[in-house]
Amino acid sequence: MSGLTGTGTLLRLAARRDRVLIPVSALALTALSVGSAQATVALYTDPETAMAELGPVLNAPSTMAMYGPATTTNLEGLSVFKTLLMGAVFVGLLAFAVVRRHTRVEEEDGRLELLGAGVVGRQAPLAAAVALAVLATLVTAGLSVLGFVAIGFPARGSLAFGAAWTIAGLTMTGITAVAAQLTSSARGAAGWAVGALALLYLVRAIGDSATTDGGRVLRWFSPFGWASQVFPFGKDRLWLVLPALALAAVLVGVAFALLERRDLGAGLFASRPGRARAPRGLLSPAGLAWRLSRGGFVGWLIGFGLLGLVFGGLVSQVDSMLGDENIQTMLAQMAGVPVDELLSSMAAVYAATMVRFMTVAAAAAGVIVVLRLASEERSGRTEAVLATAAGRTRWYAAFTSLALVVAAVLILALSALMGVRGHAALAAAPTAGDLLQGAAEAIPAAWVCVGVAALLTGLSSRLAPWSWAVLGVAFVLGEFGPTMNLPSWLVDSSPFAHVRAYPFGTWDTANVVVLTTIAFVLVVAGALAHRRRDLG
Amino acid sequence: MAAVIRTQGLTKSFGAVRALDGLDLVVEQGQVHGFLGPNGAGKSTTLRILLGLLRSSGGVAELFGGDPWRDAVELHRRLAYVPGDVTLWPNLTGGEAIDLLGHLRGGIDTRRRAELLERFELDPRKKGRSYSKGNRQKVALVAALASEAELLLLDEPTAGLDPLMERVFQDELVRVRDQGRTVLLSSHILSEVEKACSVVSIVRAGRIVESGSLAELRHLSHTHVVATFADGRVEETSVAPEEVAGWVSGLGPGVVNLTATPPTLEELFLANYASEPAQGDRS
Repeated sequence: MSGLTGTGTLLRLAARRDRVLIPVSALALTALSVGSAQATVALYTDPETAMAELGPVLNAPSTMAMYGPATTTNLEGLSVFKTLLMGAVFVGLLAFAVVRRHTRVEEEDGRLELLGAGVVGRQAPLAAAVALAVLATLVTAGLSVLGFVAIGFPARGSLAFGAAWTIAGLTMTGITAVAAQLTSSARGAAGWAVGALALLYLVRAIGDSATTDGGRVLRWFSPFGWASQVFPFGKDRLWLVLPALALAAVLVGVAFALLERRDLGAGLFASRPGRARAPRGLLSPAGLAWRLSRGGFVGWLIGFGLLGLVFGGLVSQVDSMLGDENIQTMLAQMAGVPVDELLSSMAAVYAATMVRFMTVAAAAAGVIVVLRLASEERSGRTEAVLATAAGRTRWYAAFTSLALVVAAVLILALSALMGVRGHAALAAAPTAGDLLQGAAEAIPAAWVCVGVAALLTGLSSRLAPWSWAVLGVAFVLGEFGPTMNLPSWLVDSSPFAHVRAYPFGTWDTANVVVLTTIAFVLVVAGALAHRRRDLG
Repeated sequence: MAAVIRTQGLTKSFGAVRALDGLDLVVEQGQVHGFLGPNGAGKSTTLRILLGLLRSSGGVAELFGGDPWRDAVELHRRLAYVPGDVTLWPNLTGGEAIDLLGHLRGGIDTRRRAELLERFELDPRKKGRSYSKGNRQKVALVAALASEAELLLLDEPTAGLDPLMERVFQDELVRVRDQGRTVLLSSHILSEVEKACSVVSIVRAGRIVESGSLAELRHLSHTHVVATFADGRVEETSVAPEEVAGWVSGLGPGVVNLTATPPTLEELFLANYASEPAQGDRS
């Protein structure tokens, strides 16, 4: 029996189990990319008006960091500029989810053991998972290519767009395959893989907002840099798929090599014996919620802290991004403001954009904590806890209040560090105080997402995973709604649309109060639903 | 004696499926009460209603005279529960899980805890994810037995334990009984119930079909009598206990060996369930 025996059967099984996830993701991502491209094309009749309107936005340092550089000036190129890299991240996350689901999750739940006892080779599950992830990537990228061709975009450029998404999908397939071998828990594998994705995106962002040629080289160290450098509807560098293919092949090879060296169920890092007695801090629902979320939170906090420092460094470079003093003076005269004011508003836009964007990530961190409630319930551990004198509401409150604190602390840490570092290097940049006030505006938006997750979990543990769909839709509406020309009531239904980007925008107390109230109403409604229903 | 658990006409439906169909169960104080039934008969559902995890669809359920749904937290201070399928937190050690569950219940007897860990040969320093099924079961048992709860609710507690550990569990059960505590022990393993339980209720398809002391239940079934004659001839029969004497006296001379076996619970079980065909097992 070869190590790959049974791969075909497992692939069909995995495809059947993902028969909703993959098609829905592929269609949603295609709708996002093709839909927003069509809306942009309909909005502007010719490239000149589009450039006149979009030009300043495209060349702003904050845009470069977020979405990568735009070098094409034709309408097609401009229309996919925003969705190219954001969509690539989602394709990468889809590949990650597929690989993790069919390797480490299966192994942790013991189903792989059941299969392993049958006529299934040792390498077959990983091979099937990788094959399905590659398939999902190709289907998603392929649908977008067809969509662009269908709305009349050039075929070669459409293919290039698909190539950029394929680069991301292949890379994350390889990374997740390796991550699934490293740790003995599915959560650990998720931490490694998503952490790697964030790091690669950050490396590209730093490279793209660098002001020296030496700094710009960094973008080539990240597959997301390759994806943006494909420049669909411009240079159409289809060949950039090749390095991604090579990288994925190497990573998958490494994963198989690691697989050969470990036992079923074990990771490369073995788990060590722990304490025989529980520390005092663990002995309450809140203590348990904190203990279960602690590791993940520390990881998020380090990530947000580092990003705060990096963004702070980038904020302070807005003056050199704007060119030399003569250009700055000229631009300031055009805008009718002193140079200082121009610089400070550019820095404020940059900082506020970063805070706004990272709010979505902070909301995700909070949602993860709330969803613990659902996974505790499904595993049967909730039953053991609630058979003791710990009441339902205390149990629910332990996780939801921790989730609210986690989301807030992450945004505060990011803002404070960005302000301290940025203002120290450039006096015109917003201070930590300014940015903390901006954070106070962003936090309630993240809380609303946490509140939705709490309500869904309160209603039923089976509804809980839909929190991710709600978060995804809220992000897309807030970020792309305006460019997709959607009706304002729809865009405004996203909490992220109400983050007015202080200190650049205006401060609106009522806005903050309303969002906070909505968040708390959602959490309380979830608690009431949770009290009334069957558990377990 | 006061009833610790009392249900009357208890029903529970999950959508179209009726898991409990008018269940009447009474557990008196100090009883070790066997709760017997095949998989999917409604044993776990009953326990979950008594724990306030599920809300009953109809009928009465009382625990210590209180409402298990409304007064859950207060009532839970007086009981300890071992679920049928124990899952532990993957990154907490067994010792931490025992302490956590014990403290949430309102305290743990440290000396008993140490003693039980030794008797069950359980290493408390291992992480939850590395325990086998039997060892996870032991963690839950130690947490429950180390408490001073008046009532123990045990849902198939020996599933996954090896025969040696089952013996340890039986000893502990006797000890709990001698302390005058009440136990509701759900099981489909008859020998386990037969050894430790004074009273047994048999549940099938969401209803109690038999309930009483083992002696009373045995009364319901036939005694197996075998007579061997000097010439090697063997005669056997199954008759009601009160008819044994009549049958034996009718055997005539030449009997050299006579055995009368009271029915095992196994046979009781078969007698109860063979009489009606299974109505589609649910689990």
